[in-house]
Amino acid sequence: MPKNGNNGKPLNVVGKPFRKVDARAKCTGQTKFADDIVLPRMLFCKILRSHLPHALIKNVDVSKALALPGVISIITGKDLPISYGILPVSQDELALCIDKVRFIGDPVAAVAAIDEDVAFDAMNLIEVEYEPLNTISSIEEAILIDDPLIHEYGDAGNVHKKVSLEFGNVEDGFALADLVREDTFFYEGNTHLPMEQHAAVGNFDPDNKLTLWSSTQTPHYVHRALAKVLELPASHIRVIATPNGGGFGGKSDPFNHEVVVCKLSMLTGRPVKVTLTREEVFYCHRGRHPVLMHVKTGVKKDGAITGMHFQTFLDGGAYGSYGVASTFYTGALQTVTYDVPRYKFQGLRAFTNKPPCGPKRGHGTPQPRFGLEVQIDKIAEELKLDPAAMRRANLVKPDTVTANYLRIGSMGLGKCLDKIVEGSGWTDKFSGWDQDNRKLPYGKGIGIACSSYICGAGLPIYWNNMPQSGVQLRLDRQGGVCVMCGSTDIGQGSDSILAYIVAEVLGIDPFDIRVITADTDLTPVDLGSYSSRVTLMTGNAAIQAAERARELLVMAVAEELKVPIENLSLAERRVFDVENPEVGVTFAKAVVLAESKFGTIGTVGSYSPPRSPGRYKGAGVGPSPAYSYSAAIAEVDVDPSTGIVVVERIWIAHDIGKSINPMLVMGQVEGSVYMGLGEVLMEEMVYRANRNVVHKFPSMLEYKSPTTMEMCDVKTYLIEDPDPNGPYGAKEVGQGPLLPVPPAVANAVYDAVGVRIDEVPITPEKVLKALREKAKGRDGRYGPTGIPSVEWPEPLRVLTPAEGGDGKEMPRVAVHS
Amino acid sequence: MSNPTKQKSHIQFALNGEPAEVAFAPHKTLLEVLREDLGLMGTKHGCELGECGTCTVLVNGRAILSCLMLGLDAEGQAVKTIEGMAEGAQLHPLQETFADTGAAQCGYCTPGFLLVAEELLKKDPNPSRDVIKEALSGNLCRCTGYIKIYEAVELAAARMRGEEAELPRESVYGL
Ligand code: FES
Ligand code: FES
Repeated sequence: MPKNGNNGKPLNVVGKPFRKVDARAKCTGQTKFADDIVLPRMLFCKILRSHLPHALIKNVDVSKALALPGVISIITGKDLPISYGILPVSQDELALCIDKVRFIGDPVAAVAAIDEDVAFDAMNLIEVEYEPLNTISSIEEAILIDDPLIHEYGDAGNVHKKVSLEFGNVEDGFALADLVREDTFFYEGNTHLPMEQHAAVGNFDPDNKLTLWSSTQTPHYVHRALAKVLELPASHIRVIATPNGGGFGGKSDPFNHEVVVCKLSMLTGRPVKVTLTREEVFYCHRGRHPVLMHVKTGVKKDGAITGMHFQTFLDGGAYGSYGVASTFYTGALQTVTYDVPRYKFQGLRAFTNKPPCGPKRGHGTPQPRFGLEVQIDKIAEELKLDPAAMRRANLVKPDTVTANYLRIGSMGLGKCLDKIVEGSGWTDKFSGWDQDNRKLPYGKGIGIACSSYICGAGLPIYWNNMPQSGVQLRLDRQGGVCVMCGSTDIGQGSDSILAYIVAEVLGIDPFDIRVITADTDLTPVDLGSYSSRVTLMTGNAAIQAAERARELLVMAVAEELKVPIENLSLAERRVFDVENPEVGVTFAKAVVLAESKFGTIGTVGSYSPPRSPGRYKGAGVGPSPAYSYSAAIAEVDVDPSTGIVVVERIWIAHDIGKSINPMLVMGQVEGSVYMGLGEVLMEEMVYRANRNVVHKFPSMLEYKSPTTMEMCDVKTYLIEDPDPNGPYGAKEVGQGPLLPVPPAVANAVYDAVGVRIDEVPITPEKVLKALREKAKGRDGRYGPTGIPSVEWPEPLRVLTPAEGGDGKEMPRVAVHS
Repeated sequence: MSNPTKQKSHIQFALNGEPAEVAFAPHKTLLEVLREDLGLMGTKHGCELGECGTCTVLVNGRAILSCLMLGLDAEGQAVKTIEGMAEGAQLHPLQETFADTGAAQCGYCTPGFLLVAEELLKKDPNPSRDVIKEALSGNLCRCTGYIKIYEAVELAAARMRGEEAELPRESVYGL
């Protein structure tokens, strides 16, 4: 039973497919995105970016550019000397580079001019003298070469971060196993490609305060970065996140263009706008890290895992961004689907001279999930087990704590598996590992995979004891209700979720409510739209705020009607006696009564996640109030003569806990499947020339993403297994359903033509190469063959809960005994 | 190189059914003229290179990419943008169904999809799913996976044919 919910009372709003509160605006072109903001006397900004991947800046001469008529101001690195970054441990970015540039696209100077054309011409008149440096273009190079250094910090040379953790003794696990498998996988990087290019408007107001409108998913973190870099009191800065035209994680860092327009506005006293070109959006990146993986897993004959050793190598690009968190995430969630009693994780993130990687939908977890689920498939084949049944038999149990101290609440993965196995006709289609007695014709195949994702990170990005989400309600005597929250609508519908939940508690219509969000002056802090945290955290905060308001209303109405408080119910815009429903007042009258009795009616609610049982260093990544679960089956058609893979249909079941709005949940599932499909079939952020650091495809035409012609049919099942920590039991859906798609497709390709593509994306060339190898009697596989040799630090050892551990790491000396 | 004092060009055309005239730098695209010189911000941009379809408008009833058309070429033409799709306060059936089905998630691609769909339904009041896919294939959407968009187009088509249609239950609640 959810702690925050309706306690068995019928629901009037939650669970119903209402329109989104902003749907009409979005369908009439009235939604104001950042680039739609126009202010009087507004200037336009263009940012000069480095065309070299790694170079010292010897001189920047802006004199010719400044002389151009219409140019109002030009700034360079020395105007913004303070560094910033999203994580406190990686404050390694400058709004404009001072001494050196680290990738093609690094910002060097910025122009403010009376229009965009003038700004563009002026940008091209800026003369920069560079001294080129050698580049670091791969994980291997970053490990081997420490001259030149891309950054002066990190764990070793050009290695940004090394992580080594061991829960229980993994070698004991392998000794207990009937089968130990080792595999290597590679997941290529890809990017968010939001349809809206990032844009921002800075305005230094006449009252000496700064306002920034920006297409950001994290206004609170941008607020903090601006205060630091611009050296203004945070209380004099207002950040308003405009509705995001898609985010997917790509608008979650504080960005140089946001800092730059603020600074230019402070210098010129005029509003300044910047809108990135599509090419610049590719350079902003912060997308999926390319990850090379080595996975060693021991299993019993029935597929029960006895131990797992997971190694990941991340190509981080030129800056830290979320990279330390991304690295931990590549090792965090392996344990939450199938029981893994002993687990070792080693992760390494490299700096390279490429656009920085960061969080994309599923942040750091789709890559290891791909490796894990393909390896599970290979294990099932070796054990001659049905891969669906083997998964089903080894699931993590609800209400348990994993070896790495993640507390599992509700767990609907078993139900998810049952639904898709039945719905897809799995048993009538799967080859049963017997290519000679196939059920589907050669070339057609079916594959399965499972996954899980967090519903909000347990910890904020910077250490503090304050709530992660706050909601404020104001009720006025006309019966109006205004809900204010720092959350940011990036298309997922978070504004609507607030309205639905407040409407449910107060017994009014969601469209009676005015929602004000993502404005650091007007709304209480919510940390932002990342880590699938918003419905769970703002939802719980909204319930608390609304219940506090309801309490005031019923107290006042009870006194007026002389009815016991317990008898009063709120529904259909009335407050009434449940035993005698005609006795009651309108909602508006109830507010008047409450305001007369208590004064102006405003309430607040807030949410902090429960404390995680993990206490070891690194335990901050992975804990969540709840975990969502997904399972998918893909049916594919592979043409053996061309290698072209067509995904015909995907059956997906998602354990949502409880749908606040099922229609929006369906949309998130379908959108996630789409994005996973793009990643597994075609999307890749790849580089060429100049030792492989020049972006190959900085355009939408060349960066292939699925159109309507590539999108597959999707059959969706929603599993409702309410979680105690979710509002009404709700869990996340924005990211999780992407995860099972790439491995399910890879497994289906194997079922179709008998070759293993251990690499994403699965392009026709790779399939053809593997088929040719197989035809020659060799291993029908395409994928990486090895991993770099690395000196790993001694792992931090933690006893598992089953071993009686307390969640803390063991003292180092025990390691050598 | 552009010159900020360069003389502007002037055109007259029909915009959302009303006579309009506007002066602008002659190199500007119709997209720029609509957004910057006429203040109609409903037309979006995702690439300005003809790759994404977000800038779609109807010119004489045909869907075109406004980022690839010079503003000057709109002289004497009839241009319709998303702002002209509703009849007064009455939304077009496509706008209603896009709103009702959640076909607009972030909403950034939505104006483009709506106008392409409007053109499609004028030509073919009962398009099959494959015909819809083909018609929408020049427009990218990163949020929806296109499925709710197909469903919205089908629902609007049915309603425009006078049928009393609703979304199938499985599209709303899953199977
Ligand atoms: S803006 Fe992308 S096609 Fe016109
Ligand atoms: S709804 Fe966001 S791009 Fe289509």
